[in-house]
Amino acid sequence: MAFKNYILVCAGTACESSKGIALYEALEKELKAQGVDAEAQLVKTGCFGFCEQGPIVKILPDESFYVKVSPEDASKIVSEHIIKGRQVKELLYDQDQSSGTSADSIDFYQKQQRIVLRNCGVINPEYIDEYIAREGYAALEKVIFDMTSDEVIKELTDAGLRGRGGAGFPTGVKWGFTKNAQSDQKFIVCNADEGDPGAYMDRSTCEGDPHSVLEAMTIAGHTVGADQGFIYIRAEYPLAIERLENAIAQAREYGLLGDNILGSDFSFDIELRLGAGAFVCGEETALLASIEGKRGMPIPRPPFPAVKGLWGKPTVINNVETWANIPMIILKGSAWYSSIGTETSKGTKVFALTGKINNSGLIEVPMGTTLREIIYDIGGGIRSGKKFKAAQTGGPSGGVITEEYLDTPIDYESLQSIGSMMGSGGMIVMDEDDCIVDVTKFYLEFTVDESCGKCAPCRIGGRTNYNILDKISRGQGKVEDLDTLKDLAQAMRKASLCGLGQTAPNPIMSTINFFEDEYMEHINEGKCRAGKCKDLMSYTIIEDKCIGCTACARVCPVNCISGEVKAPHVIDQDQCIKCGQCFTKCKFDAILKG
Amino acid sequence: MAKMTLEELRNLRDSKKKEMTQRDGDKSAQIVIGMGTCGIAAGAKDAFDAFLEELGNHDIKDTRITQTGCMGLCFSEPTVEVAVPDMPRVIYGNVDANVARRIVREHIIEKKLVSDHIFDKPAADIISE
Repeated sequence: MAFKNYILVCAGTACESSKGIALYEALEKELKAQGVDAEAQLVKTGCFGFCEQGPIVKILPDESFYVKVSPEDASKIVSEHIIKGRQVKELLYDQDQSSGTSADSIDFYQKQQRIVLRNCGVINPEYIDEYIAREGYAALEKVIFDMTSDEVIKELTDAGLRGRGGAGFPTGVKWGFTKNAQSDQKFIVCNADEGDPGAYMDRSTCEGDPHSVLEAMTIAGHTVGADQGFIYIRAEYPLAIERLENAIAQAREYGLLGDNILGSDFSFDIELRLGAGAFVCGEETALLASIEGKRGMPIPRPPFPAVKGLWGKPTVINNVETWANIPMIILKGSAWYSSIGTETSKGTKVFALTGKINNSGLIEVPMGTTLREIIYDIGGGIRSGKKFKAAQTGGPSGGVITEEYLDTPIDYESLQSIGSMMGSGGMIVMDEDDCIVDVTKFYLEFTVDESCGKCAPCRIGGRTNYNILDKISRGQGKVEDLDTLKDLAQAMRKASLCGLGQTAPNPIMSTINFFEDEYMEHINEGKCRAGKCKDLMSYTIIEDKCIGCTACARVCPVNCISGEVKAPHVIDQDQCIKCGQCFTKCKFDAILKG
Repeated sequence: MAKMTLEELRNLRDSKKKEMTQRDGDKSAQIVIGMGTCGIAAGAKDAFDAFLEELGNHDIKDTRITQTGCMGLCFSEPTVEVAVPDMPRVIYGNVDANVARRIVREHIIEKKLVSDHIFDKPAADIISE
């Protein structure tokens, strides 16, 4: 016999610290005392996010969402909600907005809105029928049979959809260029060469909802007059490739790809092209070169691919996330889509939320959501109760957002104005244990590694900047180095051939802007406050505290700790590799890190 | 199926929609496992096998197990959605083989939710709106 109600008590770490357990026990007691413990099951749950509003209680099946619930509220929840079936209004998340109808309150507390990820985690991605049952290929029907090309382009333009690869160019305008270009052949390309460290939005979309990409590309083919599409995806994504190939085969079988789609005179097909994992191939001209079988290196633009792209033919190239938006815009209309987001940036954005955050994950939020909402309401706050330092967006091309900008509504323009960028959607949260010089050095190392070497500003500028950062991280930097970094950054921005080189200095500029004091500490004091720069720190044993248990000496991988049993030990600083194992192992706080 | 016309596609969509709504109302339970790269890396295949084995042990034949893509709750992978008739649909996180067996015994058989593993669905469904 199933229970009538289920009382879910959030017992995540943050709620636990704010008395989730005491609340659980109070509810347990009340259910028994009021004689209804057979009617409602009390359940501890994982973290629901929203930790600042904790402890949280959710009651199923009616989805009532109670916040800041104290153990004293337990009696009322049981007597009112469980026994009489009436919501306890003063505990609801928003007492004014949710007028008792639970459906409103669900939408209201949930900060996420899933357009791109609408089917991810819902359908079985290996069965085309499940996609079709959720309005799949209905947008394609509409485009082929009920809309003109100009209407489709107008719809996308009115919707305000902008490229989700990072640059944010209006998609409708791009399609318009290709449609109006005169050519015997045109192409459609999907950029699935996702390469930012820590980003996996496109992989998840291709794995969870491959048909949304195929449908959108077919729509583009019909709109601009192309009959062939390519998906350029990196070979490191085997599952995404498998699911896309399977989806293409099923779409062909159903006549949704191939000749005379749905009995019309429109024919279109899609093939995969596998990339070898070069980051520069995410740049569109390098990507197209790679599809053509050439070495993946960028060429100057203009001409843009929309006019002169693959094999010199007009080519629409969009990113996976951009594609996945399109069927919904066609079906629900531009007015619906443009009602979501900010003045200049419409719709939603998918972020891969990672780093020092409790609830890492793939999230999709309306443009204009603040970083604070993302980190605290969705992400559940910083891990281990540490202090937020900065969030990095835009990967190796982006910058950091600091605490003072936590309430900035995120869109293309606002991020740019604070020296970061939207990028493709990687969002890495850093806490006080992360060193800003070290992080910047990591990104520079990445872009130096991935630079194709074609143009000097990127090839030489990037390397020189990296060397300077390396020097600073070893405590050998000079104050003038910061000016050199900035000068080189300017030159790279202006003179590099493609986006990789133009944006590679962004992490430097952004972090010097916000964290100059930390750079100066490294330079002037030879100090790394986060303890990440190994050359600037040491481990020493405090003689008075060491009891000579030998635990540190036994764990040391390079045997550089010596001492008699029951006598204070000593670390040989010349041999020490600063792995920190002794520090972790010592039970007596006898090892000093600094 | 052979190549479809517009008519046939619409008919297929209608019949699949009906099938899916009926599925929600029918007597059998459904287990949906998130099997994107992230889920699989976190052990979704072990959970999948454990579900099959435990259902077999209890001779339960009317519970369907299917896979889906990533729900986005990376911190609690593997994730599993469970729908049992007359009970609320819930998402379980951190489902290893042991939790999978608990879900079969406690949720599917005893009709009780499994403590400590429930997570919230991240967003309302825009398709069914």
